[in-house]
Amino acid sequence: MKHYVIIGNGVAAAGCIEGIRSRDKESKITVVSEERHIVYCRPLISYYLEGKSKLENMSYRGNDFYERMNCHVLFQRKAIGIDAEKKRVSLDDGEKLSYDELLVASGSSPFVPPFKGLDTVEKKYSFMTLDDALALEKGIDKESNVLIIGAGLIGLKCAEGLLERVKSITVCDLADRVLSSILDSDCAALMQRTLDKKGISFLLGDSVTEFRKNRADMQSGKCVPFDVLVLAVGVRANTALVKNIGGEIGRGIVVDDRMQTSIANIYAAGDCAEGMDISLGKRRVLAILPNAYMQGFTAGVNMAGGEMDHSKAIPMNSIGFFGMHAMTAGTYEGDMYEERGENSLKRLFTKDGLLKGYILIGCDERAGIYTSLIRERTSLDSINFDILKKAATTVAFSREERKRKFGGAV
Amino acid sequence: MKRVYVNEEWCLGCHLCEYNCAFANSGLKDMAFALKGKPIYPRIHIESGEKISYAVSCRHCEDPICVKSCIAGALSKEDGVIRIDRNRCVGCFTCVLVCPYGALAPNADGVMQKCELCLSNECGEPACVKGCPNKAIVYEEREAAV
Repeated sequence: MKHYVIIGNGVAAAGCIEGIRSRDKESKITVVSEERHIVYCRPLISYYLEGKSKLENMSYRGNDFYERMNCHVLFQRKAIGIDAEKKRVSLDDGEKLSYDELLVASGSSPFVPPFKGLDTVEKKYSFMTLDDALALEKGIDKESNVLIIGAGLIGLKCAEGLLERVKSITVCDLADRVLSSILDSDCAALMQRTLDKKGISFLLGDSVTEFRKNRADMQSGKCVPFDVLVLAVGVRANTALVKNIGGEIGRGIVVDDRMQTSIANIYAAGDCAEGMDISLGKRRVLAILPNAYMQGFTAGVNMAGGEMDHSKAIPMNSIGFFGMHAMTAGTYEGDMYEERGENSLKRLFTKDGLLKGYILIGCDERAGIYTSLIRERTSLDSINFDILKKAATTVAFSREERKRKFGGAV
Repeated sequence: MKRVYVNEEWCLGCHLCEYNCAFANSGLKDMAFALKGKPIYPRIHIESGEKISYAVSCRHCEDPICVKSCIAGALSKEDGVIRIDRNRCVGCFTCVLVCPYGALAPNADGVMQKCELCLSNECGEPACVKGCPNKAIVYEEREAAV
């Protein structure tokens, strides 16, 4: 019998639990959860504000998950240190947990730049956790003017969630475009059009120089009055626990394809981890839910003595606002194939005989066929790319490949 | 487990499977009433190219990337069958982003739907198989193709 300890209680932790239990039904699993909630779908917090997701539907694996998985969860407890030699985790209340295998799935924290005068703002919120969303919900009403700092995925989903519940929304970002981490200028402009039409105001390429209670003085000289402030500038991986014991750290906790850190018996997964992005050929933090689950599951299998690699990781996002969807995957390098429509834009990037990445706006039908080409590093010589670039279709594969895909169990 | 397979040599590309699928999942008794004059949202679709056509529906993968990627916990695998809880789906399209077969698509309301082998509707067995005029679509156990 082993004792597995998991620091964190998000989707990576849930993946790890399911990975462990796919091989080991007996051993003890202890989860250390800073949050008071059972594992929930973190990306749904904006849908909750919007009224599309009910609280009772936000649990990730149902209310009986820990019971079914035979796990013990320590809620509202924080791991403050790891002793890798004695294989023990120290908690904030002084308790020490001995482990045989440890997963660090500590997630990320909002990054708040040192804004002048931020302490004068009464109503300010982050938008990372369910409790953040519940607090924000309490802080707004129909008359609220909301200022969101950050036009990334988190800031804009927050804007979408709030739109019908407040008077006005202004979003500012230092970048000159929305969703700058995943979209180029043309694509960002197309997405922004939908948001503009909904009445969301943008101050792009601009930043706050000083907050004075209910107003923000901008670099551009503008002055934005607001009642409620949401800080969605960015996030940073929570790496301290592994860093403090000399583990290898980049932007996140460095892991190999088995999700093992540089320290024996310690694994990492999810938003705190930095693994290989095969589309880029370099390690990076891929803070997306599918990656969190897959990394967690892989870690769990390996912690339980199995052999599993998570070796096809790429950045990939599907994000929609008010019915307009953008899908992105991989890296945008190499030759570009482009198709433009009035409300759509497709860009495929190829290099070294491989599809490396894409941006699809308003034309995402069967996009997973493209995604699989990037993940599988399928040679474009083996498929009919002239057909495929026009439409994502498995017709572009060879007869043999189609037979493999459709002629038997997969 | 039994899955739906299509022999592309036999598929006529007649699209009847799409209509039978949409009808079986409509919950209605009359096919004309269910489908006539309306856009249909089948869970199987014909792919066609020069001289070939074949129907594609969920492969019910052994290691389903859609289930692993769903941000809403709406997709699950029970007894080998991948199902979607449409009350949980928020229409984020992440499953469309990852499915290598293009087997998920939204219904008219933007909620995702997929083949569940007609196990939860009144048909009880895949309607696409039952109605295929050339027996190109079959429901049977197979090993992985090599």
